[in-house]
Amino acid sequence: MSDGTQRAQQASRGASAPPLKRWDMVTFRLGGELLAIETNVLRTVIEPGEVTRVPNAPPFAAGLLNVRGAVVPLTDLRIPLRMPQNDVNEDTRILVLDLPLADTPSVVGVLAEQVHEVTKVTSASLEDVPAVGASWPRHYVRAVGRQGERFFIIPDLGAIFAGYLAEIDHPVHQSC
Amino acid sequence: MSEETDPLFLIEAQHLTESLEATLLDLKANPTDKSLIDSAFRDLHTLKGSGAMFGQIAMSQFLHDFETAFEAVREGTLKVTPQLIEIALSARDHVVDLLAGGSTEPGALLLGRLAALVSGDREAEAQDPGWIMSFRLAPDTLTLGGRPEAILAEFRAMGASNIAPILDDLPPLEKMAPAELHIGWRMDLPGEITEDDIRDVFLFNEEGLDLNLKPAGAAGAEEDADISRGDVSSAMAAPPAEATRTSPPTSERSMMRVPAERLDEMMDRVGELVIAEARLAELAARSRDPQLVAVAEDIERLASGMRETTMSIRMTPIETITGRFRRLVHDLTGTLGKPITLEIEGQDTELDKTVIEKLSDPLMHLIRNAADHGLETAEQRRAMGKPEHGTIRLSARYSGAEVIISLSDDGRGLELEKIRARAEDRGLIGPDTNLDDDDVRALILQPGFSTADAVTELSGRGVGMDVVKRTIEQLRGRIDVDSEPGHGTRIDMRLPLTLAIIDGLLVEIADERYAIPLAAVEHIIELPDDEVGDARTTRFLNIRDQLVPYLRMRDLLASKGVPGPHQKVVVVTAAGLRVGLTVDRIIGSSQTVIKQLSPLHAALKMFSGATVLGNGSVALILDIPQLVSFGQTLDSREAA
Repeated sequence: MSDGTQRAQQASRGASAPPLKRWDMVTFRLGGELLAIETNVLRTVIEPGEVTRVPNAPPFAAGLLNVRGAVVPLTDLRIPLRMPQNDVNEDTRILVLDLPLADTPSVVGVLAEQVHEVTKVTSASLEDVPAVGASWPRHYVRAVGRQGERFFIIPDLGAIFAGYLAEIDHPVHQSC
Repeated sequence: MSEETDPLFLIEAQHLTESLEATLLDLKANPTDKSLIDSAFRDLHTLKGSGAMFGQIAMSQFLHDFETAFEAVREGTLKVTPQLIEIALSARDHVVDLLAGGSTEPGALLLGRLAALVSGDREAEAQDPGWIMSFRLAPDTLTLGGRPEAILAEFRAMGASNIAPILDDLPPLEKMAPAELHIGWRMDLPGEITEDDIRDVFLFNEEGLDLNLKPAGAAGAEEDADISRGDVSSAMAAPPAEATRTSPPTSERSMMRVPAERLDEMMDRVGELVIAEARLAELAARSRDPQLVAVAEDIERLASGMRETTMSIRMTPIETITGRFRRLVHDLTGTLGKPITLEIEGQDTELDKTVIEKLSDPLMHLIRNAADHGLETAEQRRAMGKPEHGTIRLSARYSGAEVIISLSDDGRGLELEKIRARAEDRGLIGPDTNLDDDDVRALILQPGFSTADAVTELSGRGVGMDVVKRTIEQLRGRIDVDSEPGHGTRIDMRLPLTLAIIDGLLVEIADERYAIPLAAVEHIIELPDDEVGDARTTRFLNIRDQLVPYLRMRDLLASKGVPGPHQKVVVVTAAGLRVGLTVDRIIGSSQTVIKQLSPLHAALKMFSGATVLGNGSVALILDIPQLVSFGQTLDSREAA
């Protein structure tokens, strides 16, 4: 297993992981909020290009894209984080991430309305998820960070994807 | 290679065989060098010793005999000749082959040849003196694109020597047409080549071929052809003596062991090549530049050849895993106290190596199940008037682009009542669930089902038929259970030949593209106008006097918009059943590199994978067996 996926697993272990001192994170805008994902799971950032609709797929993973010859599912974190959806525009990008899915190293695309920057985040700037006042499900967020005046959300990708996989594993109704 | 073979020994053996080969080749150049002879002897001896230590009985036996014969060389009673080196090299190849699990058969032949050399008795060598062959091709061969030099090269690779042109039929210079072929050739061929091998070389030149083939021993064989060994002969023919040695005859084909990952990597590259080729073809077609189109066509031909070759490298006969089944049945006969015969049919049926490897465990499980649950005890069988020996049959055969692997036994069969009761017990079905016999039989494939009254040591350890089913489905196959009470059970597994690349039919449905495996397509018809407006999901079409249900793909795929007037119906088959799929447009066929869907989309049974199209976009591949069975359920629902 590559370093990248090991780190990805560490990252996906969620809030229980020991806080790192300094992280390189990429920040991006989504559903009116600022999100941050560690750069060590980030493979590349691409422009949306042509996305193939996957019929009957849940909106969280409704599309497929071609990333250098590989077929990669496109996911929308706004669905599990219950964020409002804006249309695709010229700022829209896709973060291509290395993530373990069902214990297999996988590549997934994550929609971003606008990619901001790569920044260093120290554990001192992180805060626990507030108990009240947030619209997104707490168990899908690892921490909230602050940089100057700005707040950003660090989504718990491990929990989000595991939650989704558990859901489709027990489908309510499978027509075909 | 057997799994038990110690890796350390293998590394040592590889080292020794390599060293032996180098020494033998050096020895060929310096036949009198005593130190080289000693070194070769030492390698043989070490190899023999460690072979015996690591249980390589066949190999060390062969080496022992070979060493004994080679002793004569060390003692100086036998001279090092090219012939001896040749045999020794073959022996070394044979050892490598044995290490790789090859047959022991060629060993005896090699020892025989060596013994013949040692005893100075050349009869064994002379037994097969080879062929003298002469041939002429049709005069228009060159105009038709034939290449005599390629034929000569092929014979050279088979070990031909003394190749020379026959120039007795040249027309006078003033009548000579440069494109006409008037030269014949003669050559000596080694004896192990069969006449069929020789005729195979002329496969594309049979028209007008004048072939003259004689065993070399026959008297006067040389005199019938006027052989000229002028300047032309040195240009066309290889130096006679060297030719045989540098290119060994194909009958002693050299084998190469390659790590499986490299093959996988190669397949990935070929997959990318096929995608890139499709893009090139599309660009070329758009450019309308005839030169570019020609190059694109060349690349397409090459890519398709690459694909075929790479896939053929990956194809492995079922034989490679049946050994462990024989062993299992042998062991089971003892543990269960039931006499069992395992019959295996179609061992040479080939499947992609990934499929073969993944099949081993499920088949082991099925065999264990059949022996444990399926077959009765010898007493019970006798009481029923059956032969005491229970039979388990494993058969493999091709069926279109699929391989069907069946495992059957002649045991008691499935007891449907018992299965039903057990399933209710386990909460798999309710007491009122309405199931037909097929549905009941399929219950044994459900997770958490086990029919054994008592959990035995052999089966019923939690890994059950559901694991078998899941494995087969992961391989894009399907599994069916058939059974007749008192007569046995048969489990059919249908598997695709390959997991990597298929020929696909590209179709358009509501401006979206989908691929259908071409092997599943039976024919394509126009949807009759009176069917177009019908809103129901499924209807029947009368195709050649048969009612075939068809699926409106726009509905199934939740497509936007309304269908146009000229809908097509692609009739596909799976497991002997047919269903039609309505599509807007047929785009064409193309090589389709199958990419597995990520776990995020694994629950969508309608698709078996995805592929990247020539324009770089992604298209989903329709899972035909799923759609067909879906069509059939609608069919029976409507009929009800």
